[in-house]
Amino acid sequence: MRDLFNIGLLLSTIRLATPLILAALGGLYSERSGVINIALEGLMLAGAFTAASVTHYLQNPWAGLIAAICAGVLIASIHAIACIRFKADQVVTGTAINILMIGLPPFISGALFLSTGSTPQIPVNKLIPWTPVVIAFLLVFVTWYVLYKTPFGLRLRAVGENPGAADAAGISVTKIRYAGVLLSGALAGIGGAYLSIGQSSLFTRNMTSGRGFIALAALIFGKWRPVQTMLACLLFGFTDAIAIQLQGVRYGGEEIPNQFIQIIPYLLTIIVLAGFIGTSRAPRALGQPYEKER
Amino acid sequence: MKHLRELLFPLIAVIAAFVVGGIFVLAIGDSPIKAYSELIGNAFAWPDGIGYTLFNATPLIFTGLAVAVAFRCGLLNIGAEGQLYVAAFATAWVSMKFGGVVVDVFGQKVSYSWMTLPAVILVPLAIFAAIFAGAFWGAIPGFLKARFGSHEVINTIMLNFIAVALCSYFTQYHYKVPGDPIMQSAPIGESAHIAHLGKFIPGLPERIPVNLAFILALIACALVYVFLWKTKWGYEIRATGANPSAAEYGGISVRKQIVLAMAVSGGLAGMVGINEVLGYHHRYYDGFSDNYGFTGIAVALLGRNHPVGVLLAAILFAILLRGGIFVDAFTDHVSKDIVQILQALVILFVAAGARYRGSLNVFGLLKRSKV
Repeated sequence: MRDLFNIGLLLSTIRLATPLILAALGGLYSERSGVINIALEGLMLAGAFTAASVTHYLQNPWAGLIAAICAGVLIASIHAIACIRFKADQVVTGTAINILMIGLPPFISGALFLSTGSTPQIPVNKLIPWTPVVIAFLLVFVTWYVLYKTPFGLRLRAVGENPGAADAAGISVTKIRYAGVLLSGALAGIGGAYLSIGQSSLFTRNMTSGRGFIALAALIFGKWRPVQTMLACLLFGFTDAIAIQLQGVRYGGEEIPNQFIQIIPYLLTIIVLAGFIGTSRAPRALGQPYEKER
Repeated sequence: MKHLRELLFPLIAVIAAFVVGGIFVLAIGDSPIKAYSELIGNAFAWPDGIGYTLFNATPLIFTGLAVAVAFRCGLLNIGAEGQLYVAAFATAWVSMKFGGVVVDVFGQKVSYSWMTLPAVILVPLAIFAAIFAGAFWGAIPGFLKARFGSHEVINTIMLNFIAVALCSYFTQYHYKVPGDPIMQSAPIGESAHIAHLGKFIPGLPERIPVNLAFILALIACALVYVFLWKTKWGYEIRATGANPSAAEYGGISVRKQIVLAMAVSGGLAGMVGINEVLGYHHRYYDGFSDNYGFTGIAVALLGRNHPVGVLLAAILFAILLRGGIFVDAFTDHVSKDIVQILQALVILFVAAGARYRGSLNVFGLLKRSKV
């Protein structure tokens, strides 16, 4: 058992937690403003695909990263317009975006690269394996600062808790919510980009494989707070790292089934949401479209 | 006249989705007319087109009904995917354990069964297993919401992943035939197979997999209608969905309705297992679902949470599902992913348009609960 816990496991935990942190922080901006974002999965896919494609064309990962941010913001704007302008149901819209982003990247990839399965391989020296990691951890503290120490953060929280009062105080609920949702697209876009041009070297169909939902779980587990959310992401990254290390390893002749380790984050989220480990309280106005009083 | 108006709004949403989808097709340099004629044109050929369309529609009718029943109670069940996996595994397990299955493993006969039951007992038992397992898996988030107030959307998402992982665990470690390279269970007993419709309909070849589960789906449509509009339980579910506090004030136990609606919803989703396991694969096949649970959301939304609407919407999406194959093969650049794109666009347009027509607001509870 001792050889299992080593520096490699630590590094792999950090690397696996990075996309989760980025997406979860994105979700945090959206949800603290009162807009449910189960579209994180789709937003990450948008970032991952765009990053890989643009990096391939321009042979420059920084251009790819910036393009991924733009793509995330673009797709998030669909969510924002539907939820804020048209007051559509936020969960339904989020689901639609997730389905859209299962289809759209392979659809474009098929036209651009004549392969719906994956984008072309990017050379190793054009990848950014560590920068997004640094960005992710820096952003945790930036987010903490923004949320609790700046007027924008105060407004964001006010709009998510009590939009009516915020509106009466002269804050534009609509603008703040747009900002929250678009920021979630930008951050989830970086998270996706890290998957395609950081951890691997191409985009494959549905490559997030549920990470957007794990990020959402981490956000709930972290009670919608930046530092706790980061810790939750590290915990989920750790279970993921363990699952990878244990693959094929036998203890006393018995293989430890991977599936049992995989379900830990999901089980923990259900348990914490039910209130067994402290209480995880959502922003009060989460999920409610804002109706201006006349 | 009233019914025609009911059809108008979904029709506009579908047309809008096709227009935007067509722009995407144009953008990658292909002809939308060619793409759409491949996508839809092949569905009406007899027998293959119609047979396969009905086969594809079967799971979508079940998941569409599942989502619709939950919607009527003000709940969003995005867990149909997990419920149908658990149910498919349960029905496969029952029809394996009681189906007298003997498999040749490296030259040795290995039994996977406890006993051999005749079809008259085994088929109903297997159907019951699917419904019960789905209902159980659906009732969990219902219970969690009723008891602890935790939101069903998050819990159903989490339970989807847990369901897939558990089924894959049991398949891999307990019920896979050793040496089988595919992640699938041992076959089910032959007495558990249900007949393809080709057996009864002249001109429909038996190779086309549309089976008795399709008839069950039609019956389910009728039963859901009766349940929701002609029984006390259904009335209470709808009352809860329309206005939970008024329902509570009127003496309805909202908590009980939430659990009941989620169980019924899960049971309906579970019936997908009948089509897939008893009627088609004849075993549990890991990852068999082509996102049926999520398509069910589109089906229910487009079908306006009414069984007749669900049936029509399921057939539309089934046409697209099959048409995707032809799009892949016979257009220059368009891939079958256009189907997913159209589905997403339909959901977006129905959801965004809902507020502008007033009466589609069925998410009474969503407005009140958090997450």
